[in-house]
Amino acid sequence: MRLAFILGEIGSGLRRNLSMVISVILVTFVSLTFVGAAGMLQLQINQMKGYWYDKVQVAIFLCSDGSTAPGCATGPATPEQEQNLRTLLQSPAVAQYVNDFQYESKDDAYKHFKEQFSNSPIVDSVTPDQLPASFRINMKDPQKYEIISETFSSQAGVETVIDQRQLLEKLFSAMNAASLVAVSIAGVMIICAILLIATTIRLSAFSRRRETGIMRLVGASKMVIQLPFILEGVIAAVIGAALASGTLWAVAHFFLGDVMAKQYPDTAFISPGQTLILAPALIGLGVVLAGISSLLTLRRYLRV
Amino acid sequence: MIRFENVTKVYDQKAQPALDSINLEIDRGEFAFLVGASGSGKSTFLRLVLKEDRASSGAVYVAGQNVANISSWRVPRLRRGIGVVFQDFRLLPQKTVFANVAFAMQVIGKSRSVIRDTVPEVLKTVGLEGKENRLPHELSGGEQQRVAIARAVVNKPGILLADEPTGNLDPTTSMGIMGVLDKINQNGTTVVMATHDDDIVNEMRKRVVELQNGVVIRDEARALYTSMIPVVGQSRRLRDASGRDEPPTVAPPAVAPPVVPPRADRRAGSRAELRTAEEGQA
Repeated sequence: MRLAFILGEIGSGLRRNLSMVISVILVTFVSLTFVGAAGMLQLQINQMKGYWYDKVQVAIFLCSDGSTAPGCATGPATPEQEQNLRTLLQSPAVAQYVNDFQYESKDDAYKHFKEQFSNSPIVDSVTPDQLPASFRINMKDPQKYEIISETFSSQAGVETVIDQRQLLEKLFSAMNAASLVAVSIAGVMIICAILLIATTIRLSAFSRRRETGIMRLVGASKMVIQLPFILEGVIAAVIGAALASGTLWAVAHFFLGDVMAKQYPDTAFISPGQTLILAPALIGLGVVLAGISSLLTLRRYLRV
Repeated sequence: MIRFENVTKVYDQKAQPALDSINLEIDRGEFAFLVGASGSGKSTFLRLVLKEDRASSGAVYVAGQNVANISSWRVPRLRRGIGVVFQDFRLLPQKTVFANVAFAMQVIGKSRSVIRDTVPEVLKTVGLEGKENRLPHELSGGEQQRVAIARAVVNKPGILLADEPTGNLDPTTSMGIMGVLDKINQNGTTVVMATHDDDIVNEMRKRVVELQNGVVIRDEARALYTSMIPVVGQSRRLRDASGRDEPPTVAPPAVAPPVVPPRADRRAGSRAELRTAEEGQA
């Protein structure tokens, strides 16, 4: 009975305040979309880092079937060439710059590739043979990349030496800046949302002061009086958060999945499913926003 | 049922207190009128009983419990034991008579079946059978007040507070309302009614507590509404620019022959306090 009563009160409150409720939904929608966009950029950065990014700085790719580099004239790297490179890496001249190194076989490379490009159609057309084996080196001082590059580029069986960090770091710093901008805009929008929710609840409390006055007099508990107002704000915010989550999913699905992935097939993009892990966070944030602003408002405008 | 011990309520430090060291006891099942000019402290009295306000000093006991000791989350429980009726009815305009009364039960979580059984019964008590589905604006003022009374007593409170319930009604309708309140009182509910309506007070012959400037100046059983004395006192005070006035005398026999001996102890106490207060002012 009490639940049905509270639900009825919420329904009538939402109907009476429809335009305000819609504006709350839209403002939370926009602000949480910005929060989510920042989250999505970070997910994308993680996706692009792949398996090795945080572990090593320099990669020495060995020759494989299709290699055209001058060092690969003799065809794919042989086990002897591999062993030579390993010995060279362990020699004192090189070892003083190297923390440690790992060998990534073709099969390992295929496994990591499949993980990173799981959302991309390219994954189906790649076989382990096409991927080069590599030595992944964790440098003592990443700035000393040149030494490794000079030493190994000319070795037999080496296709190329790459400092992956340098390639990606510029892109990542741009993306980090973009997430920062998104978060700042989200911050302003969230303040806006809090104030709007507070105003909405105030209006709602004012338009129902007759009812709440009577409820007080006949001894309704604080919860029965205040819960409908709090839930009104929370419901509006949750709808806004759900819309924001839907938008992020749509961006991942239609923009990244259909447009970007076709234009940049060699870049790993996040999948639409991955954006859904942001949804609970956004909805939780919406609930907290609405809860805080309604508690503060009711304390002032709905004395019990 | 309601006991005030030395209760003072000050709204504004510089102004005169709204209630000034009130001592008053209203017993279970009693019917008491609270009379006095506007601003004499009647509404403050009712607000203190409901714990809408806190007394500045002194103790207010309702049903044996000091309201100052009731924590804020238990105040609703206190209010469930008190019904309230106002001059302006305060009905919900978009709800029917039945729904208005049922509202008071819904919000404290009564079950649907209990509501279905109780509401018609209460509407019968206040004489509104057959009007369950009317909206408030389709009813006369007297009928609206009956709905408000039904709502106030539907949860069977031990106390009914009425703040000028007949203030908006004509004399005949008012007497009908008084009949309803009397019936509720007969059923054991303590009724405290603040009023300006001298006809009603004179007709009912119940206990009358008269307040003036926050002080009880008269407390008589089965008494009359004799507001002339404070009015005379006030007009004299207006005329006397020096501000030195005599304490108002109590009910001269010519105007209000007391039907039973007045409660000498209470009266003496309140008059003594009044005198001290006025000497203080002078």
